[in-house]
Amino acid sequence: MVLVPEIREFIVANFLFGPADHTLEDDDSFLASGIIDSTGVLELIGFLEKQYGITVENAELLPDNLDSVNKVASFVRRKLGN
Amino acid sequence: MGATSTTFSRSALHLDAAREVERIAEAIRATVFGTMKRKGAVLGVSGGIDSSVCAALCARALGPERVTGLLMPEADSAPETTDFGALAARSLGIRTVFEDITPILEAAGCYMRRDAAIREVVPDYTPACKSKIVLPNMLDGDSYRLFSVVVQYPDGTHARARLTSDAYLGILAATNFKQRVRKMMEYHYADRLQAAVVGTPNRLEYDQGFFVKLGDGAADLKPIAHLYKTQIYQLAEYLGVPDAIRQRPPTTDTYSLSQSQEEFYFSVPFDTLDLCLFGLNHAVAASEVAPTVALTTEQVERIYRDIAAKRKVAEYLHSPPMLVEEMRTRGNVEHAGA
Repeated sequence: MVLVPEIREFIVANFLFGPADHTLEDDDSFLASGIIDSTGVLELIGFLEKQYGITVENAELLPDNLDSVNKVASFVRRKLGN
Repeated sequence: MGATSTTFSRSALHLDAAREVERIAEAIRATVFGTMKRKGAVLGVSGGIDSSVCAALCARALGPERVTGLLMPEADSAPETTDFGALAARSLGIRTVFEDITPILEAAGCYMRRDAAIREVVPDYTPACKSKIVLPNMLDGDSYRLFSVVVQYPDGTHARARLTSDAYLGILAATNFKQRVRKMMEYHYADRLQAAVVGTPNRLEYDQGFFVKLGDGAADLKPIAHLYKTQIYQLAEYLGVPDAIRQRPPTTDTYSLSQSQEEFYFSVPFDTLDLCLFGLNHAVAASEVAPTVALTTEQVERIYRDIAAKRKVAEYLHSPPMLVEEMRTRGNVEHAGA
């Protein structure tokens, strides 16, 4: 599954501005580390909906689904499996 | 109130209004006449509590004849805005100038750009509709609080749609023209009158970045930025701000549908947020603040986290322009030491 690297690449390109010397672990919390603010969450949702053809419902706007590379990947996997 | 207190209560925000008014008035006099060498003050008067208190403080500090209040409605302003602004000014005996900023905003494409952004998520939106953007209540759970647009059609029916990042930023960038045009007008009068521009943010707004950079965030002095909103109401009462203004709920007066500040940004009542902000600033445990604001500890912790997150976003709004090196801007550089 290429989900993790794809999502990672999006996060790094959009919020860390290229590879530089940032070290983003796949379990790092986006909010706690300050990588993504609320506008960033909107961007992330837009990326997921476009890239994977899913619709993120209001009830799914939870840190459990969207707050790290691994959580996002699991969420997308569940959505695509449904 | 200290870090180890176990008696947190609403009285934490009580202040000696007479003393605080004198302290602020002295600071205004020292800044405007002393440091800035300006002949008076200019400010926008929206008829809200913050600008009314600032106008009253300036009138007291500088004399009402040296204060100019600008009434600057635009197409989406509630009709009563100008009336309340005029009422505040009249009660103080300060001069007012009326400037309808709608034509400038139209020329800048403010409404057209905003409408185009709204249509990205509500395709049948037309200029005949009214709109506002809202946030869900932060107490409802751990879900991300993302902006939605609420549209009211001419027949009175409503639609609500979650904003995409493009639509959100489009609406924000367009409506920010309003605050920036108002500030441009304030500096126009400040230049004409050799006056200082007074900014009217309260502590919540200043701390949390609830202002437009180089819009309402720009000013020569911000005399109530250190005060919690609850305290500003105390000063308003002491200063004799008209009851009608003191009893108005705070609004943003930025969108065509009536919108409270709570809906737009804060999501909880300002007096609750004041106490939480005070608690966070003074290292009071969420469990101590919770009973005072009738919330659970978990809800207060959520507010603490939200305040911290907004502070991070506000860093950019507060930051001055970056310079590659420090530069001397006072004194005569060329002849220094010559």
